[in-house]
Amino acid sequence: MHGLVNRALQGFLTDTYGKEIWEEVQSQAGLPEGGFESMLHYEDGLTGDTILAASAVLHKDRCTLLEDLGTYLLSHPNQEGLRRLMRFGGDTFFDFLQSLDDLSGRARLALPDLDMPDLMIRQDSHNRFVLEVSWALPGAGSVFLGALRAMADDYGALAFFEAEEGQDGTERVVIDLVDQSFATGRSFSLGERLA
Amino acid sequence: MIQDRVIGVAGSALDQLMPMHIWVGPSGLINRVGPTLTKIAGQDLRGQPLFDVIDLQRPRAARSLEALLSLQGARLSLCLRARPDLPFRGMVVGLPAGVGGLIQVSLGLSFSRAVADCGLTLKDFSPCDQTVDLLYLREANAAIARESRNLTGRLQRARQAAEEQALTDTLTGLSNRRAMDSALLALTEAPVPRFGLMHLDLDFFKEVNDSLGHAAGDHVLTHVADILRSEIRAGDIVARVGGDEFVLLFRDCDDPDLLEAIGARLISRLEEPTMFDGQPCRISASAGSVLASRYDRPDPDRMLNDADVALYASKHRGRAQHTLYSEDLLAPLRPN
Repeated sequence: MHGLVNRALQGFLTDTYGKEIWEEVQSQAGLPEGGFESMLHYEDGLTGDTILAASAVLHKDRCTLLEDLGTYLLSHPNQEGLRRLMRFGGDTFFDFLQSLDDLSGRARLALPDLDMPDLMIRQDSHNRFVLEVSWALPGAGSVFLGALRAMADDYGALAFFEAEEGQDGTERVVIDLVDQSFATGRSFSLGERLA
Repeated sequence: MIQDRVIGVAGSALDQLMPMHIWVGPSGLINRVGPTLTKIAGQDLRGQPLFDVIDLQRPRAARSLEALLSLQGARLSLCLRARPDLPFRGMVVGLPAGVGGLIQVSLGLSFSRAVADCGLTLKDFSPCDQTVDLLYLREANAAIARESRNLTGRLQRARQAAEEQALTDTLTGLSNRRAMDSALLALTEAPVPRFGLMHLDLDFFKEVNDSLGHAAGDHVLTHVADILRSEIRAGDIVARVGGDEFVLLFRDCDDPDLLEAIGARLISRLEEPTMFDGQPCRISASAGSVLASRYDRPDPDRMLNDADVALYASKHRGRAQHTLYSEDLLAPLRPN
């Protein structure tokens, strides 16, 4: 698994629960000293072990933990860069949802070796969308559930989300978009000066 | 098959398709400007003479509509006179029945500055325009480059730390100066320090290096290291402390005769020539030694210094010999 994925997990646990919790997870999962490096690759098993250990240390079930991870990735100030990249997807939450088909391709354009989940979005009815997520590790659906919730807030849209598992094991997120301009949302300017 | 039929496009459709177009009329006045270009210009350009508004730099300057239309289909480099810092690329096509020309421009490589300076949003770009993808890539790449820089920085610091902590001389595999310093300190701090210290310096090594080259020099140093290693007991230390300088520490030793014997033996072994590339390399060595037992409280710097005095005496007496330190060696240095 790409270091960026593991590093995101590390950032989530450290920023949300503090250094001690992270160190506890680190020792339980037998992670490398000093934590993950975002530009290196790690065994997939290590990512799984980290999730398992965090779930045990925090007494949280896996789905809730991964949902919180998704929300963190797109709403925490330390992950502002990621939020910005997602906002390139569209001017409205509706456009953004449509752009999820392109998300993995875009990410791979920047980082060809990034382990991005395969995403497929389809519009079921006027205001209902279904996102299918398949990934190397189970639980990506929960991550996207949390992430989409954060993005709806970001756009100021009112939407309801539900996670589902298909018969073939594909994870799905069902999105009911109630109101695109329910609230003001956070500002986004296309041309941010790069540090 | 329908060939080249003239079609009519509503101005608003043109705005959507080409949000950065300029329609210039036959008189050379601007008729219509796409909304994104208007936003970049920061003013309504309609009715103004085209060449007051744009500066065509390549392939060649043009000041009339006719001259401009002669460049139909060519890649143009141009900018707004009001924003010479934002170079555009573009092309022009003539419109039928003498209604002028249509110029389409794009941001080219100035895209990120234009977007930031002019406050452009996603809505300002046609879905067919890849500028937004470029902006996305630029931001993603900057973030990745930042991560890579951080990683390189951490690795660099780790490498420096590892080098500082390293105790081995990379060429010979002997201990290095740092390892010798800490071993010497430990020996002097023993309750009853009993050990010998020998400082050995190669003779004629520079000549080998100069006449046969650095590879021969490295070969000799490796060979010397092998000899020194083979002559010490387990627990003794041999360190390369300079280019051709070595320090040996002999544990449990307070016998001056033993040190003299070891010194003589080392020198005679080092004098046996070693072959490099079919050429014999001849060197020798001078050495000076000191025993910890001659001090009330042996001090590393003092011992190294005294061994150095003894070494210097060996060199002074014509090299290729070993000298044991004694107070007498200082006599010639003292003014009478």
